[in-house]
Amino acid sequence: MSESLVSPPRSAFDQDWRKVVRFGLILAAALLFVSLTDMPDKLDRKIVIEQYLSMGYLVLLWLPLALGGLVTREVVLEGMASHAKGAREVVAGAAVGLIGGLGLSGLIWLLDTRDLSDPLVNWNDDLLEILTFGQSVGTGALYWVLISVSLGAMGGLAQVVPAAVRRSVMASIVAVILVAALEAALDDISEGFRLEWLFDLMFAKRGGLTVAGVVIVIVVAVGYSLIGRIKTAEVKERYDALKGAERQKANTGLLLLTAAAVVILPMFLGKLTNELLANVGLFLLLALGLNIVVGLAGILDLGYVAFFAVGGYTTAILTSPSSPAFSPELPWIVAVIIVVFMACIAGLFIGAPVIRMRGDYLAIVTLGFGEIIRLTVRSDWASGLTGGAQGITSIPGAQIFGLTEVRGINPQAVFYLVAFFCAIAIYMSWRLERSRLGRAWMAVREDESVAEAMGVNTVNVKLMAFVVGAILAAFSGAIFAAKVGSVFETSFKVLVSIVILVVVIVGGMGRIAGVIAGAVVLIGVLGGPNQPGLLAEFSEFKLLIYGALLVWMMLKRPEGLVPNARRSRELHQDEFLQDAWLKGEIDDDDGSTVEGEVAPA
Amino acid sequence: MTTTLRSRAASKTGVDWFLTFLRVALSTLVIVGLAAFIGQQIDPDNFFARTVNEDATRLSWEALKDLVISGLSQGSMYGLIALGYSMVYGVLGFINFAHGEVFMVGAMTGMITSTKLAEGGLWESNFILAILIAVVVSVLCSTATAVIMERIAYRPLRGAPRLIPLITSIGVSFFIQNTSAVLLGPGAKNYPRLPDWLRDDVPVLGIEGKKVVVLVVAAISMGALWYLVERTKTGKAMRAVAEDKEIASLMGIDVDRTIVTTFAVGGAMAGVAGILWGILFGSVTEFTGFLPGIKAFSAAVVGGIGNLGGAMAGGLTLGSSESLAPQLVLEPLGVTGHTQLKDAVAFLVLIFVLLVKPTGLFGERLSSEDRA
Repeated sequence: MSESLVSPPRSAFDQDWRKVVRFGLILAAALLFVSLTDMPDKLDRKIVIEQYLSMGYLVLLWLPLALGGLVTREVVLEGMASHAKGAREVVAGAAVGLIGGLGLSGLIWLLDTRDLSDPLVNWNDDLLEILTFGQSVGTGALYWVLISVSLGAMGGLAQVVPAAVRRSVMASIVAVILVAALEAALDDISEGFRLEWLFDLMFAKRGGLTVAGVVIVIVVAVGYSLIGRIKTAEVKERYDALKGAERQKANTGLLLLTAAAVVILPMFLGKLTNELLANVGLFLLLALGLNIVVGLAGILDLGYVAFFAVGGYTTAILTSPSSPAFSPELPWIVAVIIVVFMACIAGLFIGAPVIRMRGDYLAIVTLGFGEIIRLTVRSDWASGLTGGAQGITSIPGAQIFGLTEVRGINPQAVFYLVAFFCAIAIYMSWRLERSRLGRAWMAVREDESVAEAMGVNTVNVKLMAFVVGAILAAFSGAIFAAKVGSVFETSFKVLVSIVILVVVIVGGMGRIAGVIAGAVVLIGVLGGPNQPGLLAEFSEFKLLIYGALLVWMMLKRPEGLVPNARRSRELHQDEFLQDAWLKGEIDDDDGSTVEGEVAPA
Repeated sequence: MTTTLRSRAASKTGVDWFLTFLRVALSTLVIVGLAAFIGQQIDPDNFFARTVNEDATRLSWEALKDLVISGLSQGSMYGLIALGYSMVYGVLGFINFAHGEVFMVGAMTGMITSTKLAEGGLWESNFILAILIAVVVSVLCSTATAVIMERIAYRPLRGAPRLIPLITSIGVSFFIQNTSAVLLGPGAKNYPRLPDWLRDDVPVLGIEGKKVVVLVVAAISMGALWYLVERTKTGKAMRAVAEDKEIASLMGIDVDRTIVTTFAVGGAMAGVAGILWGILFGSVTEFTGFLPGIKAFSAAVVGGIGNLGGAMAGGLTLGSSESLAPQLVLEPLGVTGHTQLKDAVAFLVLIFVLLVKPTGLFGERLSSEDRA
């Protein structure tokens, strides 16, 4: 953007009042909602900075900061003038904060005077005490107004200050929260690396960062955002400039490095972190499978958990000595071969009837199939085979060529096994994406009728996606059965399908790196449907957060955190065309010649 | 369009054979089951019924009548919810997965209001007034939920690929479910005790009073909706927008407002259904909306999506088949624990209808662009 496109700053009180009031009301509503979910009280145990800040307050504090900044953020269109920033931003942020703070004060007053605990279970004195900082009602309310106004103003100020300052401050805040959130894992890791002294310096005995820890984290974060970022950008530029054989060499190097890290790192980690990694791996395997179905072929399969169940139950029946109908007690490795076979059959059986349906009907029908399978497994009718509601227990661990026995008490071995299968899945996805089949999938995703006209056998291609996805999910199910040692129908609810879908979508549909990022961030930090994550305190709220995250991602960033280039172009086609038109790359408004769309070879 | 092209193609692929096989197999199962049922009703010891199921017993006509009535009363509720799915699908062309939660909000607020009224004593002293207040409150709340949902989650996504709003609605559904669990506490919450005349059988019909009430209220709501859609200006606008949004806006119809109206009307119907649920089953949890929601969508598809009469008929069909099929088809076939498979039956009906007649029993009514 050139200088000439910046119009002069407006006066501080020249505001778009409606927008400010709207954001203020949104802030007030958000603060009330978060307070009434009891997050401040329940998360108060999780300390971020010793004596100063707990996670409970943090879930309230970030809201005025974010909304105070967002209220004056403007979308600068190509070729349009942007406004010079000034006092106006700060005043708007403060005004938003004021409305929000008044809203929260109102809640404090109501908490003190009324008793609404009948429908609202969290309406109690504990919440009031947290919200008033243990002071009197008036003082607490006044504090909140002041805090909210100053945080809102700071949010506005962030729009005004130079980018470098903003980045450093943001990086510091995010880093402090992140490090505090990862405390349990860091404890585990520091023991493995003999860095207990550093951990003891940075973290207080009763949890939370010490002041020294905060200083260390901020120094590192600011250092990174000022120097490291530029260096990383340089490296990335150099990498992008590489061509042909050299690029391949760089890729191989990176790959080897990652592989080495995956192999060596778990040895230094404790049980807790390995357990987390194993869970992340199981869900990553599922997500990679769903990524092929949803991300590449564009089939929204909401009954994906059915294949997970097929894998789990097949393994259980074949390996457990206590499986009701027949128990061949096969070794795990042999069972897995049969699991693949069963997954193929299940994929074809569920895929074939739904393959010709409209995309949205397909979603509901697959969901129905998932439920039918779960309900049948649970019923007395099938209990002769599946154990009904009692499930199948005493599944032995997986003997890997007599080397080791993989089971729940040894999460590290589970992780290696899962990582091995994830590596296969990643390699498969990567090769498939660039194959004839992968291109056919993408063609079907973009426009089925056109793909068919181009000679793609859409039915077979979509069935293939179902089958490949089913096999990966069944692998995950087989490992899951060996890890947990028992299977119950409750592990295979619709909820699991939806959590996997959230992982794929938040990470970035159709992009392997995105799916990995999604699995690590969501399953690792927040936790899976039945598995706790790093932030065990959040477990009560994680499904709420998943739901909100799914909506927010679809509205603001449907391509995910780590987007697939082609996919995001499909999603933002209008904007691309408009930008290209404004840049003068399109001659006429038919949009017939779009030079920007042709990627340089 | 693609289906007509395909049906003209001469050669059948493996998938087609498989589908034909599935259709035939499912139909045969249903027919054999029904035949065995008829056999065991005539004489439980007859050869055919015994061959199919060794333990065949006769079902009393009284029990059969109860099944039909509970199927219909449950089905009329599905029908009321299905109207919301059907109207939104007709207008916007996407499945509002969260519509089941709108119904749950109705049942939940109905529970809260009626508990409060019971504490105040109005529930016992003047039941009719109390239930009317509860109906008004829950209709208002579920309408508001539907409208807010449209404003926040769906309006920004107008014109996005079809699956995007569907995924968003899954997120909305998840969010509302868990909001209810976190704000109001998880688990089942009970409605106050109903007055005796609702719990006893109605003299002449021999049917429980509350089931009669459910059927009558559903019929009245359906009539009101039919009047709104077919006889008023608003309804005309809704039909026009469903047919073609662009041309409707050229004719001076405020498309955004009409869409909001559609959501509001669907939400109101779901609110009524929510109260009826409370009367019929007496308790509500945060998951109350999930299964009935999906079943109601199935009902909308079974009746032909976009078709309001079809939605109601589909609801009744689905409700009665999920209540009757375990006894009429599965039990004579010798399936043990057949009532556990009630929910599975509902989904099988959906799959069966989509395999045999994808446009539903009464034909779908969609705009040209959605008829893909």
